[in-house]
Amino acid sequence: MATNPMHQFNVYRIGPEIKISNIDISFTNASLFMAISSLAILILLNLGTKKNSLIPNKIQLIAELSYGFVSKMISDTAGSKAKPYFSFIFSLFMFVLFCNMFGMIPYAFTVTSHIIVTFVLAAFIFIAVTIIGFIKHGFGYLKLFVPSGVPIILLPLIVIIEIISYLSRPISLSVRLFANMMAGHTMMKVFGGFVISLGIVGGWLPLSFSVALTGLEILVAFLQAYVFAILTCIYLNDALNLHH
Amino acid sequence: MLKRNIFYFILFSFLFSRKALSSEEGMPQLNPEFWASQIFWLILIFGSLYIMLSKLILPKISNNLEARKSQIAENIEVAEKQRNESDQKLKDYEKIINEAKIEAKNLFNQARQKILSDINNKKENLEKEIDQEIKKAEKEILDLNKKSPEKINKIAIETSADLIKQIIGADVNNSNISAIVEDISKRKREKRYGN
Repeated sequence: MATNPMHQFNVYRIGPEIKISNIDISFTNASLFMAISSLAILILLNLGTKKNSLIPNKIQLIAELSYGFVSKMISDTAGSKAKPYFSFIFSLFMFVLFCNMFGMIPYAFTVTSHIIVTFVLAAFIFIAVTIIGFIKHGFGYLKLFVPSGVPIILLPLIVIIEIISYLSRPISLSVRLFANMMAGHTMMKVFGGFVISLGIVGGWLPLSFSVALTGLEILVAFLQAYVFAILTCIYLNDALNLHH
Repeated sequence: MLKRNIFYFILFSFLFSRKALSSEEGMPQLNPEFWASQIFWLILIFGSLYIMLSKLILPKISNNLEARKSQIAENIEVAEKQRNESDQKLKDYEKIINEAKIEAKNLFNQARQKILSDINNKKENLEKEIDQEIKKAEKEILDLNKKSPEKINKIAIETSADLIKQIIGADVNNSNISAIVEDISKRKREKRYGN
């Protein structure tokens, strides 16, 4: 089964089976890698804030650069009103980024390659953004579905399209991340399998391809975390500053 | 990119036709066996991560950044202040130098004038003295000039009387001699000065 490219996505139980009223919530390898990623984030940022020196050392610089990066991303896309949501978007970005990056280590499990994980995150964002929008604007938030400057004849059609696109946000958000991670890792596994099957004679080509893909996947891992966070910011921007 | 899209398409067709391929080689992502577990642990771990970050770490980072910002601003302020002070000091210095230069010039001019006036005074005094001396000398010369003919006459009379006495051995009347001497000296004077 090891040559099956989908094998790497298998979830298996670590330790005892935990059940709460018939629901299995056992600790799995997915949970393990979530915990590892979170711990890594916490350790890194904690080390980065331990010494508050005027001229930052390398770890402090990482912490401060990531803070500045996310802070700039939020203020650029959602404006100053999104400040209270900074720590959520920061945690989201760091969590997705670290899960993606830990997935790049051979034999590691990629948490974000599971649709259920990304969907829960995306659905939470979707529901939270919708609630924020209704709290901030009341029923005026529904104006989001009625773009200004559209001919009245086209309006029903546009409104339907807008509603569908709004409702598909959690799906597009979660599937984008999940599919990118899964596709990348599957592809790497497939090329890895080619290296083995072609042997020492023909294996060099897929091997070099594999090396290139590793670089690409690291880029994708960062990029998808960034896209996930920035789309959250954009949705938040819609809820905070009604544009249409 | 196109390759990638085709790959996605294949994967999605996989995803939606999973029921047909529900063997063990399907996508483990669509196996709901561990969904509840993943959701539970995700909420637990991500929730605690969020709480730790928002309560403990992010405030620290933001404090650090703020502290640095304010420190830099403060330093810039102090530097600006010191620069202004040094500019002021430089201006003061230039002012003092200029004043000193003007004063030195004044002193120099005053001294020069004083010296010049002193020199002039002394020169005048000296000239006056010299004039007086000259006048005095001239006066003496004039006096001598006036007196000399009489003296000469007197000497001439005496010497001529002595001579006559020795030669002839007899006293001659002085008045006679003086008349002759005066007559000669008168003629000589007329000869010397003309008429």
